[in-house]
Amino acid sequence: MRYLPHTQEEIAAMLQTAGIADLDDLFANVPKECRRSAPLNLPEPLTEWELNDHVGALADRNATAPDYKVYLGAGSYDHFIPASVSFLLGRGEFSTAYTPYQPEISQGTLHAIYEYQSLVCRLLGMDVANASMYDGASGLAEALLMALRITRKTKVAVSRAIHPLYRRVVQTYLTPTGYEIIELPYLENGRTDLSSIENRDDLAAVAVQSPNFFGCIEDLQSISDTVHSTPKRLLVTSFSEPLAYGLLKSPGMLGADIACGEGQSFGIPRSFGGPGLGMFAVKKAYMRKMPGRLIGQTKDIDGNRGFVLTLAAREQHIRREKATSNICSNQGLCATNAVMYMASLGGTGIRELARLNHDKAHYLQNELDKAGFAAPFASPFFNEFVVRFPDNFEKTYNQLIAKKIVAGLPLASYYPELADHYLLCATETASREDLDNLVKEVRSCKNQ
Amino acid sequence: MQESVGTKGLIFNEPLLWEKGSKGRSGFSLPRRDVDSFPVDEELCGDGPDFPDLGETDVVRHFTRLSQWNFSVDSGMYPLGSCTMKYNPKTNERQAALPGFGGAHPLLPAELSQGVLQIMYELERYLGEITGLPAVTLQPAAGAHGELTGMLIFYAYHQSKGSKRSKIIIPDTAHGTNPASATLCGYKSIPVKSDENGVLAPADVAAVMDDDTAGIMVTNPNTLGLFEDNIQEVSKIVHDHGGLVYADGANMNAVMGIVNMADSGVDVLHLNLHKTFATPHGGGGPGSGPVCVTPELERFLPSPRVIEKDGKYRLSEDYPDSVGKIHAFYGNFGVQIKAYAYIRTMGAANLKKASQLAVLNANYIKAALKDTYYLPYNRPCMHECVFNDKFLSDFKVSTLDVAKRLMEYGFHPPTVYFPLVVAGAIMIEPTETECKQDIDMFIDAMKAIAREARENPELLHEAPTTPKVRRLDEITAARKPCLSG
Ligand SMILES: Cc1ncc(COP(=O)(O)O)c(C=O)c1O
Repeated sequence: MRYLPHTQEEIAAMLQTAGIADLDDLFANVPKECRRSAPLNLPEPLTEWELNDHVGALADRNATAPDYKVYLGAGSYDHFIPASVSFLLGRGEFSTAYTPYQPEISQGTLHAIYEYQSLVCRLLGMDVANASMYDGASGLAEALLMALRITRKTKVAVSRAIHPLYRRVVQTYLTPTGYEIIELPYLENGRTDLSSIENRDDLAAVAVQSPNFFGCIEDLQSISDTVHSTPKRLLVTSFSEPLAYGLLKSPGMLGADIACGEGQSFGIPRSFGGPGLGMFAVKKAYMRKMPGRLIGQTKDIDGNRGFVLTLAAREQHIRREKATSNICSNQGLCATNAVMYMASLGGTGIRELARLNHDKAHYLQNELDKAGFAAPFASPFFNEFVVRFPDNFEKTYNQLIAKKIVAGLPLASYYPELADHYLLCATETASREDLDNLVKEVRSCKNQ
Repeated sequence: MQESVGTKGLIFNEPLLWEKGSKGRSGFSLPRRDVDSFPVDEELCGDGPDFPDLGETDVVRHFTRLSQWNFSVDSGMYPLGSCTMKYNPKTNERQAALPGFGGAHPLLPAELSQGVLQIMYELERYLGEITGLPAVTLQPAAGAHGELTGMLIFYAYHQSKGSKRSKIIIPDTAHGTNPASATLCGYKSIPVKSDENGVLAPADVAAVMDDDTAGIMVTNPNTLGLFEDNIQEVSKIVHDHGGLVYADGANMNAVMGIVNMADSGVDVLHLNLHKTFATPHGGGGPGSGPVCVTPELERFLPSPRVIEKDGKYRLSEDYPDSVGKIHAFYGNFGVQIKAYAYIRTMGAANLKKASQLAVLNANYIKAALKDTYYLPYNRPCMHECVFNDKFLSDFKVSTLDVAKRLMEYGFHPPTVYFPLVVAGAIMIEPTETECKQDIDMFIDAMKAIAREARENPELLHEAPTTPKVRRLDEITAARKPCLSG
């Protein structure tokens, strides 16, 4: 076995030094009743070459580009990933290191994550970003818990236009401690309706997502005005498509107290939904209340610049049961991935790429509209939007799958009132020809 | 002694990203624009983030230079106790990067994601077999996330019995995530001390266990590297009061194919795929923390779950008693593939062998160093052994100094100052993938450092001098935080 380097002679010599009779004797302390009686029942080992065949065949059983045209966003986006980013990320010096507990020999990770924190702050218009959370959903849950701690209140308001799967995670995190979640409905235009909570002073936080699950860009400025018109209410803004902030005003600029969301779009493969990247950033006032690891700049004893893990007094390994969160390992390599991607795009690149995403999606929406498929929500959108297809579109949808086209996400299971509504996404990876073909196929099915 | 592997090399200076580049430069091949521009609402539009503009060469050199400032498993022995820094097989990276996985959208209809679902389904079965706890969720993204899931299951279980207990027993050797995870579920942590042998004494558990206690969280083998040999008795005490037993399985690498966790009395256990199952730790994740439970607790596992019928796989939400969702999708699938590839490569016999060799390596180091460093619990250990700096205090040398000097010999230091029950702990976990020669060099380095501590302690106080930077001012970093630039 190529991962186990010991020869028989070495094993014998080592046993002798350790004063142990044989390999079984190493476990003499394990009570008999705790031991397995039978060997593990697992498949026979595969050679490297057999593994390639076996796993390769499984990989071929999933619908992916270029074979399939998949117009799904909904929290997981198809973006081009430069070869340089994948190549750099593959360096074992990054991938096979642990959390940087020994800063002198972990400056690569520390420097890169400090840069990640900095670019996330610039992207979101916030003061302090942590080194990552597990994903956009758990980040949102932790943001709400943080607001509950800060304000010492017991209720939060969460928009129904936040990703339904994120809301389910929030529900799970908040259930045992008994905090109450008040759901905010959405308006006819697809944006969140805050009218029910305008003056409520028992809310720790109001959470919205922008662009929201329907793709609609929320009016964060007016939401912020409403939320902050009552004291001690925090505005938490979530997102699933950070590329939008290449174009849009940042949540920080518009008044967010905590901005958190999913960073998968930044050079991370979709990989069936994980690993992704929980981006998490706050205004300075809340720095010491935030969850997660933080990297700070400092100097070494010779006066040279260096980086360390810092403000650990918030964390589980120091504070144990009183920590701001239980998070330990986060999504460090994904944060490194994202900073490599952001560095590759640059300020100029991210703006152009965001603009292109916006325009591709608008082109598709416009063509669908011309073909008679209406967009029910009138709000501005970025790279995804909702379409109302004709009644019983499901049959057509399945016919398109047979033609290797996935025409968006059916919304009925998430929003029963939105039967025959589909969420479609078009990014820079969709060519005009693909988009025209999608419209043609949808239309021809309609005419059947 | 052989020549040390630690040496000086050519190390580049490299500024921060925004201290280089030029406006208008680009490291990205912008896709062709084949559609017209559509107007954007000016009210909503900002100026775009102030990112530096860099060329592809700038970016590649930048991160290559950074990478060279890191110590990693690929560069040398990394005996970081409790972290299982074993070799991360390269073929696993290849499998996870296959376009058929990387490009898979999480909300595809089941018939379009059969390969992914099959891997998840089979991996759950393998992990169930390895632990003896057959019902498994892969959703947790790391160990601590698995602990939270476990605590949610405790909560749901007691709720199903019509009770809401308020406390949880946690030994003083536990990792900090254990009490922090319990708190997230509203449980108050009740600490119990380990006994003079470094393990839990049943009487101490009996003294605190009551009908308002949800259960116990035990790490087994524990963080002293010792097998909790009273685990069955402890479990019985907890069960007799209607409580549940949670095992932090971070140290499963010691006992694969040897211990059956269910027979030990465990109800819920998390694994760290990024430790035991050889997936790389990434400088702080992504990990994966599957949770394995008894058949009785299966109904509480997070949803959705992968199910199989007639060779077809799909995700089912039909679990009304489930604790709910704890990840937006299904956890870190990309990590799960690597663990799957590892288990398929190893098979049953090699997994057991891996545990045996991990334990052998640790006992060998323990035997070789026990006259040089103080061993607070001189008992046969599992996959790691814990020393401290007691023999060195006369020379004003601390654990930290030993750790820093070890870097100059070309080794990553062990875990230091944890577990908290050992003052100045030096926790060494070699793992099974280190060969005898490298371990011998590590032992020699540890002995040489102990000698230096007596003869020339300044060498240790000054260390390290060879890495990119020397000891850093962590106090100023925390007092005047500079967290972004
Ligand atoms: C004993 C033990 N429990 C729990 C954890 C937490 O695991 P993770 O970092 O994956 O959240 C660790 C790892 O640091 C550990 O060593």
